[in-house]
Amino acid sequence: MTMKLPLRALLACWVVLFATVVHAQLSIEITGASATRFPLAIPTLENENRLPDSVSDVIRADLERSGLFGLVDTGLQTYPESQIPDLPALRKRGADAVLTGTVVALTDGRFSIRVRLFDTIRRVELGALSLHMSAKQNRVTGHRIADFVYEKLTGQPGYFSTRIAYVVVRGARHELQIADADGMNPQPALISREPIISPSWSPDGKRLAYVSFEKKKPIIYIHDLPTGQRQQVAAFLGSNSAPAWAPDGKRLAVVLTKDGPSQMYIINADGSGLKRISFSESIDTEPAWSHDGRWIYFTSDRGGSPQIYRVPSDGGDAERITFEGSYNVTPRASPDGRNLAYVTRREGRFQVALLDLSSRRSVILTSEPGVESPSFSPNGRMILYASGSASRGVLSAVSTDGRVRQRLTSQAAEIREPAWGPIPRQ
Amino acid sequence: MKKVLLPALLASLLIACSGTGDQAADGTAGSAGSGASGSDTTTAAVTDSSITRNDMGALGDGSSSGTSATDGSASGSIASLTDPNHILSQRTIYFDFDSFVIRPEFAELIEAHASFLKNHGQIKMMIQGNTDERGSREYNVALGQKRAEAVKRSLVLLGVEEAQIESVSLGEEKPRCTESTESCWAENRRSDMLYTGEF
Repeated sequence: MTMKLPLRALLACWVVLFATVVHAQLSIEITGASATRFPLAIPTLENENRLPDSVSDVIRADLERSGLFGLVDTGLQTYPESQIPDLPALRKRGADAVLTGTVVALTDGRFSIRVRLFDTIRRVELGALSLHMSAKQNRVTGHRIADFVYEKLTGQPGYFSTRIAYVVVRGARHELQIADADGMNPQPALISREPIISPSWSPDGKRLAYVSFEKKKPIIYIHDLPTGQRQQVAAFLGSNSAPAWAPDGKRLAVVLTKDGPSQMYIINADGSGLKRISFSESIDTEPAWSHDGRWIYFTSDRGGSPQIYRVPSDGGDAERITFEGSYNVTPRASPDGRNLAYVTRREGRFQVALLDLSSRRSVILTSEPGVESPSFSPNGRMILYASGSASRGVLSAVSTDGRVRQRLTSQAAEIREPAWGPIPRQ
Repeated sequence: MKKVLLPALLASLLIACSGTGDQAADGTAGSAGSGASGSDTTTAAVTDSSITRNDMGALGDGSSSGTSATDGSASGSIASLTDPNHILSQRTIYFDFDSFVIRPEFAELIEAHASFLKNHGQIKMMIQGNTDERGSREYNVALGQKRAEAVKRSLVLLGVEEAQIESVSLGEEKPRCTESTESCWAENRRSDMLYTGEF
């Protein structure tokens, strides 16, 4: 099924895009949703018309895009935060939960947004949230409230306040961009005439490691997003690639060729303390940490074809993980440690597969002609990946149960190498 | 539970907000994009690197007269590196699909470059290995490295100093041909030999 975002939300997006002089305009399309979606009412907030741009539209768009919720129309009526709404009446209209809320203009020009979430079946309040915002912060505020609703109703943290990194390629121009998880507010972090690949977020979301070819060979940089400062962290003889930030935020796994074949090393984020962790005569690359830092998953051709293995991050013997097919690459461990996403070649096509690490069973989640670079949402529910071509940039996301699908498209340029950032915290 | 959660949320909002100075006090829904949004936080460090390619003429200037080949065969002068009629102007070794083996037809070319490097010990070579577009970008970086390494090994076996050569990989990132066809992919499965001043 295909659902378009409400017109007003799209218009709001346009305003934001236009205002920030955007480099690549992304638009979102929902192409699949859960079979049973939780019916939810998010009426317009009381006094919301005092805001220049709607907050409730952002909340609705986020939750609808997740594919887990079906929005119940409650008309024009508002439900003030100060009162308990008529829960049986809302239940009769088909809503199993309702978010009530009020906007209050503050004397300093800012606004207070207060919301409450009610369960209409059990007739209980599930939680309340109060935020202050400036007039321009409707999207950020909406994302925070959508996260609150998502977490209250699913028990998992939301991902609407997170950001994504990706590379936009237009001719010889390569641009590393950071955007909100809904594709809005794209900002360039680096513009180069040479390729940029493999962005990896630091766990605190403040830094990106990536590979740049600006010096005619692959060199790993760490880029501090708040300051825009960048430094080389691995520029050894030969190739330096595939950075993967450790969960401790202090170290990275990298792939170097200074000692011969592509082998994995661990290096401190300041470039010190280099330590080799793989010792093979074959290709060992694409390191990916497990959530607890105990394992490093990687791609190796030691068995004749590229397959996924894992090795303890403090050293030890490698264990083969994938067996089916002759090309399995790009492992990505899920945030809960239960699953492994990777790219597999089936009948000549590259697809995202998801392996249950306990049962060792895998399912194919995609069906496009070719995909690459899977990346988990921080709550582990969605997998973002690149599925475009040189003529049309497409980032897609699929839920780990394969039911929810969405697409971020850009007509203007190719989009590659998506990396979903962490949930913002300390 | 609900009341307990609130201070934590507010605290996290405060922190999320701290990157953007213009958005004030407590409880403010901070910019989730604090790092990359806002005024001066989006420093787009512009990297301008591609136009540094020196013409070989610069290198060849004074020395082209002096360093003629000692054995009188294929090892030419520095000027011959850019002479389209000289074998040294050929810089590309092509590979078969999924292969790192140097085909016999490139033996003469490798020998010419080995001879040149041996006669010009001060000149360094960078070998850039490349792959076609199929498969993972990082795995292709590793495959391209094997193609560069294969060329380096052949040169070293012919007596070139190992320290004169750096083998690197561009993976699938610098295709010569951008169509998804077999003939195009064949053009991209290659190692390019660059001399000092060209990289």
